[in-house]
Amino acid sequence: MLNYALLLHAAPYSHQAALSALRFADTVVANGHRMKTVFFYHDGVHNASALMAPPQDEVHLADGWKRLHQEHGTELLVCVAAGLRRGLLDVSEANRHGAVSHSLEAPFELTGVGQLIDAMLTSDRMITFAP
Amino acid sequence: MTDVSTSRPVPQDLLVVLRHPPHGTHWLREGLDVALVAAAFGQRVGLLFQGDGIYALLKGQQAGALGQKGTHPQLAMLEMYDIETLWVSARGLNERGLSTDDLMLPVVPLEASAVTELLQRHPHTLIF
Repeated sequence: MLNYALLLHAAPYSHQAALSALRFADTVVANGHRMKTVFFYHDGVHNASALMAPPQDEVHLADGWKRLHQEHGTELLVCVAAGLRRGLLDVSEANRHGAVSHSLEAPFELTGVGQLIDAMLTSDRMITFAP
Repeated sequence: MTDVSTSRPVPQDLLVVLRHPPHGTHWLREGLDVALVAAAFGQRVGLLFQGDGIYALLKGQQAGALGQKGTHPQLAMLEMYDIETLWVSARGLNERGLSTDDLMLPVVPLEASAVTELLQRHPHTLIF
């Protein structure tokens, strides 16, 4: 069994890479490996949006990531610097910045890039998905 | 003229590959952020500038009209974070009519075969 981490740079629906990353993550666990961490960076932070509302006949990416967390304990880490400038704020950040709403909820977590380095060092494989 | 290094490059803990120019996208800035944080976490970090990423190193850059902050202040911080291993693709330099004299930091130009070896020999590689 290997511990996998993913680094996702691609925005949802704009690029195949976001869907491919989710399919890859599902295949990791289907093959008996551990999908330890997904780190959302660059435009990939939009995958964590709690306000995502795709048509019903399309894959719901944010729900897909949440399912991985619920069923397999995958950490869903969103870079706070990349997220805040793109409008991904949890309740406390929304309050701190006086925003009209928050847009990020558990199990997604806002974290620093240090957590990406940690995931890289503590996983057997880190795979990047970029547009 | 640019002298291409003939000695074998020494791998670091992490190789960050930068392939985007300073303006137009946020790739370079967010890639450099990862390099700086990794160094702050005690990792030995090497940077490889490839393709248009070489423009990151051009002398005489300014922020301004485009409304982007510019990345040259981040590059100026590399030394403070002990990131002193900078490689550039020699072919990328030639294709752009540049030499190492045009760049703001000392770099080691590598032939394509050495770039391949660099990617193979690093335990971790992140590409931006």
